[in-house]
Amino acid sequence: MNVLTDNFSIFAEGFLGTVELTVYASALALALGFVMASFRVAPVSSLRVFGTVWVTVLRNTPLTLLFFAVLLGLPRFGLVLPFKVFAILALGCYTSAFICEALRSGINTVPKGQGEAARSLGMTFHQTLSMVVLPQAFRSVIPPVGSTLIALAKNSAIAGAFSVTELLGTYKTLSELGYNIVWTFFWIAVGYLIITLTISAIFNVLEKRWGVPR
Amino acid sequence: MAVDPLIELHDVNKYFGALHVLQDINLTVGKGEVVVIIGPSGSGKSTLCRTINRLETIESGTIKLDGQPLPAEGKALAKLRAEVGMVFQSFNLFAHKTVLQNVSLAQIKVRGRKKEEADKRSRELLDRVGLASQAPKYPAQLSGGQQQRVAIARALAMNPKALLFDEPTSALDPEMINEVLEVMQQLARDGMTMVVVTHEMGFARSAANRVVFMSDGRIVEDRTPEEFFTNPRSDRAKDFLSKILKH
Repeated sequence: MNVLTDNFSIFAEGFLGTVELTVYASALALALGFVMASFRVAPVSSLRVFGTVWVTVLRNTPLTLLFFAVLLGLPRFGLVLPFKVFAILALGCYTSAFICEALRSGINTVPKGQGEAARSLGMTFHQTLSMVVLPQAFRSVIPPVGSTLIALAKNSAIAGAFSVTELLGTYKTLSELGYNIVWTFFWIAVGYLIITLTISAIFNVLEKRWGVPR
Repeated sequence: MAVDPLIELHDVNKYFGALHVLQDINLTVGKGEVVVIIGPSGSGKSTLCRTINRLETIESGTIKLDGQPLPAEGKALAKLRAEVGMVFQSFNLFAHKTVLQNVSLAQIKVRGRKKEEADKRSRELLDRVGLASQAPKYPAQLSGGQQQRVAIARALAMNPKALLFDEPTSALDPEMINEVLEVMQQLARDGMTMVVVTHEMGFARSAANRVVFMSDGRIVEDRTPEEFFTNPRSDRAKDFLSKILKH
């Protein structure tokens, strides 16, 4: 039981590492996912192809393999960055493929008539997408995007295997110090729960706030 | 009639795959004219209405609005669409915007009006269709008839040269049809150019200058309502009228 109180700073460091990975990678995944989703519905076919390839490659690659490719592959091409940045890149790009598909399914839930009404009023493709279609798509993608970001938070544990400071990795230090492994994992699980439940809470608020009657 | 043509269609053809939905359509709508398009379902009347602002593309032929041919996709098309209002069967009010925002949005974004100016005009128009008190509500909180009247106000807010109605009362309860038809009657009296696809024969009789009867992608008759309803020339129209006027 005193594994937490004795080693609070180790836990705190790992916890903050996971929070950091989650926040930055989420921001990257949301931004990239948004761009890729607009590519996939764009009237320009080369953009659609690019979006499709991006999603297909990243969604179908095991995340661990992607970590290897980024952390060991990119330095060979002269791109040397801190491991934490590499980890954020790998996590963010991987998750962006899932965000893109969630957004795209949201776009497809908006009835066609909404876009037609906007166009019949003289709005351009860009105005129609940004002012009429996406704001409505946004409301229906809140739950799946929330799930995707929770998965991201948990996937960040893989970064620990590449010596990035994060929550799960703290168990190695603590078990070497001879603490009970069960209690160590218990407190690690609590740490993850704090992060994932926070994400759930944020998305619940978003859903309540933006859930306009249809 | 048709002294000063506003909408002109010449030899318009359209296919949905192998289906020839519009066959050599020629139609001219003059300024201030009210043209009602009727016909059995699948005759191409909605498609015809939607080609006028290019929500449906055509395979051949020309469509001119106020003398200008319809441009292809892009800014020029958007600009031209702003001049032609459209009212849909399923209303298509923006679900995430209030009634007032629905009417103001395109005025601000397309016409470049200031928000106060746009809202002022929106309120005037909502008052005109009898819905001034509903301005802060969302579309889902209104009845179908109210939503359709908001949709008409939204189209009018752009000061269009013409209005297209694609079966505006077909999705409404019988009780609500009249409130929408009254607004349309008033518009017709005020001299708005209108193309109306409808099954409301009463409206066609009282408000239309011309009735266009379509069947199987062709215009079969194009006459005054009086002539059409009392003495249809074609067998197809006779058959159609005998079926709908029986009850």
